[in-house]
Amino acid sequence: MTAAVVRAWQGVRWYLREFTGEARWDRYLEHCAEHGHEPMTRREYERRRSDALEANPISRCC
Amino acid sequence: MSSSVTTGSPANDDAPAPPAGGRLTPRSIAIWGLVAAVGAVCWTVLALARGETVSALWVLFAALCSYAIAYRFYARFITYRVLQVDDRRATPAERMDNGIDFDVTDRRVLFGHHFAAIAGAGPLVGPVLAAQMGYLPGTIWIVVGVIFAGAVQDLTVLFFSMRRNGKSLGQMVREEIGVVGGIAALIAVFAIMIIILAVLALIVVNALAESPWGVFSIALTIPIALFMGVYLRRLRPGRVLEATGIGVALLLLAIVGGGLIEDTGLGDALTLSKEWLVLALVVYGFVASVLPVWLLLTPRDYLSTFMKIGVIVLLAISLLIARPVLQAEAVTDFAREGTGPVFAGSLFPFVFITIACGALSGFHALIASGTTPKMVAKESQVRLIGYGGMLMESFVAISALIAACVIDQGLYFAMNSPAGATGGTAESAAAFINGLGFDTTAQTLGAAAAAVQEDTLISRTGGAPTLAVGISQIFSDAFGGGGQAFWYHFAIMFEALFILTAVDAGTRVGRFMLQDTIGNVWKKFGDLSWRPGNIIASAVVVGLWGSVLYIGVTDPLGGVNQLFPLFGIANQLLAAIALTLVTVLLIKHGKLRYAWVSGIPLVWDLVVTMTASYQKVFSSDPRVGYFQQRQVYADARDAGEVLAPATDMSEMDQVVFNSTLNGVLQALFAVLVLVVVVNAVVVIAKAIMVGRLPTTEEPPTPSRLVEPAGFWATPEEKEALAEHQRLVGAGAGRTEAEEK
Repeated sequence: MTAAVVRAWQGVRWYLREFTGEARWDRYLEHCAEHGHEPMTRREYERRRSDALEANPISRCC
Repeated sequence: MSSSVTTGSPANDDAPAPPAGGRLTPRSIAIWGLVAAVGAVCWTVLALARGETVSALWVLFAALCSYAIAYRFYARFITYRVLQVDDRRATPAERMDNGIDFDVTDRRVLFGHHFAAIAGAGPLVGPVLAAQMGYLPGTIWIVVGVIFAGAVQDLTVLFFSMRRNGKSLGQMVREEIGVVGGIAALIAVFAIMIIILAVLALIVVNALAESPWGVFSIALTIPIALFMGVYLRRLRPGRVLEATGIGVALLLLAIVGGGLIEDTGLGDALTLSKEWLVLALVVYGFVASVLPVWLLLTPRDYLSTFMKIGVIVLLAISLLIARPVLQAEAVTDFAREGTGPVFAGSLFPFVFITIACGALSGFHALIASGTTPKMVAKESQVRLIGYGGMLMESFVAISALIAACVIDQGLYFAMNSPAGATGGTAESAAAFINGLGFDTTAQTLGAAAAAVQEDTLISRTGGAPTLAVGISQIFSDAFGGGGQAFWYHFAIMFEALFILTAVDAGTRVGRFMLQDTIGNVWKKFGDLSWRPGNIIASAVVVGLWGSVLYIGVTDPLGGVNQLFPLFGIANQLLAAIALTLVTVLLIKHGKLRYAWVSGIPLVWDLVVTMTASYQKVFSSDPRVGYFQQRQVYADARDAGEVLAPATDMSEMDQVVFNSTLNGVLQALFAVLVLVVVVNAVVVIAKAIMVGRLPTTEEPPTPSRLVEPAGFWATPEEKEALAEHQRLVGAGAGRTEAEEK
């Protein structure tokens, strides 16, 4: 029972982090570690990510 | 034609077999037999019930069972037989992954993104207006329309765009149909977008006018979003969940706060007329379009997405708890006679126009051919994302229809008839409603307004207030404890919030389109980082929708009554362009025998939109035909008379001007679509003669990803994933943790 609740909570947390793009930072760190790059700061990383949205507007339908 | 032209790819000829699990086991036959039986019982109850009380749950379950069967069988047929998705081919996300727009995304996450992008106010508002014809026509069209038209369009456009590296609808029409059709489509898309933005904004204006509570809480969403923007940029970069949590909490406080300021001086200051709200929206739309997206647009989008999904889930749960009874008739007299006060015209074609989103929405084709196709991990996932996403939107439309049909019908018509008809006061409205044949009194209408703490609910047209009344009734029934006023303003806020997000984003997309198009002749203007270009293009787009909005708001005949049909027809005409493209592509790929899949909804859509356009342009009934309306008012004006609901000569001039403009726009849209269709017929004829024609489809590249197709991974898919993990080694796969 508790195991199921924990798993459900983990699932929701995973989904929300993926949905909002928060999980990208973790993947970026993993990627850097794998290839031996020095990662940029989170501030710098998120700034680049939000600036990239500038040229790719999200369409919202009626 | 583009240089990337390839002949039909070999993968087309040796199509992969659908995955295992397609064969029906006795267990799945039993399950699907049961789903079909439940669905059939629900539909039978809806069809036969006359005069007795009908629970809203029959509508809900008739829809859910139909969706399940359609997804399991029809969507599968289209995906594997007609489109022949091939998971051996790498998707653009895999081939061109850049972490920005091309980005391999988990199917369940992409489903959420796609749904958040396609679902807006349309599926909420259209069904509310169509409820004037009873609950049955709307229910049937929403369910049948989505299964055979709307979801088919979304799925196929998504697939074809994915096979072309995520090209836009306009680009595909130009390359696959022809330059003439392409230019017509481009103009149509832009013009239709302006109308859609104006009508969306009109709904917000009608919901907020003379409502200090609503204006207060909506206005506060701007500082809340700015705060979130700064939080994410400066204070704690990237902590989106944190920021959104704070934002939602502040938003709820803003709604509560709105109730407190109502009777204060601030409340009086925020009691704004429609004209002031138009000005506020236009200024806001312009500023939002030129500000950097991180400051306002992105955080607002997080807020509105979470609110939207939250409310939809809450509504579904409370429908199950409250089990409301439908107050509307199955089919009203207005459906037969076409004399309804909410919008003029008979059931055919106008129900199919009024309910656009939720059944078939051309606007989705712009999203299915823009952002989403660049993020799909595996070809077979288009079924979940394209077809499944649209079924979800249809479910939202059904919920909205139920919400409109469970409120007292006297109140429904008092809220949705234009002010010219109701006279604006409780007494005159009650008299008008009694004349329509519904029981109500001035006291009842006053009490309904008092229950949600609004001064009046008379002629609060546009659908949003009606939906809010329905939602507040269902929520307070389901959760007890009254609170109808809170829930009403909660619902208004939620609708206004995401309509405004759509207006922001739409203005920006419109600005990009304009800059891109003019950039073809004046290079500098196409440079998105050139400030003067941004400002001019934003001003043009905002100016265009702002003027249509102003015309709608001041229209003596009622802006929603006049403009909503134009909006619906425009959206359905866009769908006609999308379905035409899909049909052309099926035939060019040598799949003439499957062309009916998009061909049937296309023919239906053309019949509906062209009939509606014809009636709106040529009808001799002045309530339906724009030019006849113009004639009647122009003649009266020349004779020096004032015709109700106009009250003076300047209003007469206004009616003449507006009906001329609406009629011209209506005719223009229809002609543009016909140009695309005629151009397509030429291409189809050519393709049929030779069997197939080259298209701009990208040649196949082998895929190295292993990903499940559906929402839940099947045992076979889990095994394949585990096998893949072993082969590539631990740490390289991204799906390990999540595929439990």
